[in-house]
Amino acid sequence: MQPDHEAIAEQVFVALADPTRRAILAALASSGPATATDLADRLPITRQAIAKHLALLAEVGLVTAEPGERRRVRYRLRSAPMQVAQQFLAALARNWDGPLEALRDHLGR
Amino acid sequence: MGFPDRIERTVEIAHPPAKVWAALTTAEGLGTWFGNQATIDLRPGGAARMTWTEGHQADMRIERVEEPRVFGFTWHIYGLPDDDPRRTYVEFTLEPVAAGTRLTVVESGFAQLPEEGHHTAYDGNTRGWASELGELVDYLDAA
Repeated sequence: MQPDHEAIAEQVFVALADPTRRAILAALASSGPATATDLADRLPITRQAIAKHLALLAEVGLVTAEPGERRRVRYRLRSAPMQVAQQFLAALARNWDGPLEALRDHLGR
Repeated sequence: MGFPDRIERTVEIAHPPAKVWAALTTAEGLGTWFGNQATIDLRPGGAARMTWTEGHQADMRIERVEEPRVFGFTWHIYGLPDDDPRRTYVEFTLEPVAAGTRLTVVESGFAQLPEEGHHTAYDGNTRGWASELGELVDYLDAA
């Protein structure tokens, strides 16, 4: 794993460890690009807190800022870093112990 | 310290390699101990599929068939989106031992991120659904 991928994955896991950021990312994933105001309407979090977290998420590349309506900044989830993090999880989620046990049981020990 | 690129397990099985080989490379074997059902076209380049009663399935591309010692295939990386081109390589090695067979399975390629096509994939993913939906609108407008 190249170091920059390691760093990208780490940023994803750090972001996901915080419940507020998790809620913001989940909202962007489920409903698409949104402004801080949109998110404040939907989540039980103040607009100020949301804006602060969005700025942080944009800084590490987990969301991108783009011009929205009425000169508001709209944020969009970036899936690429999530897919890098997913690779880490893939190795952890792969279960070979179970199938190999099943193979031995199938053949009769 | 990075996460693993490869996973390796070795087990000893109290049966000769021929029997283990059959369990690994036939639809009947794979559909019993691994999946709930399986199909396999056992040749390099051939396709195999395992399905589970809960509804998921795994599609494999056979890469190595060296009876009764090496069986290798690639499959989709667990958890990544279906259209992601990355695949891991799984290789079973069967070694005859006094007690029967020493079976080693190595799955490698978890850490890969192909440099080629990397940017395309990234750009594609960044554009994502909004762009797909935009194309759908264009298509419908043109019709």
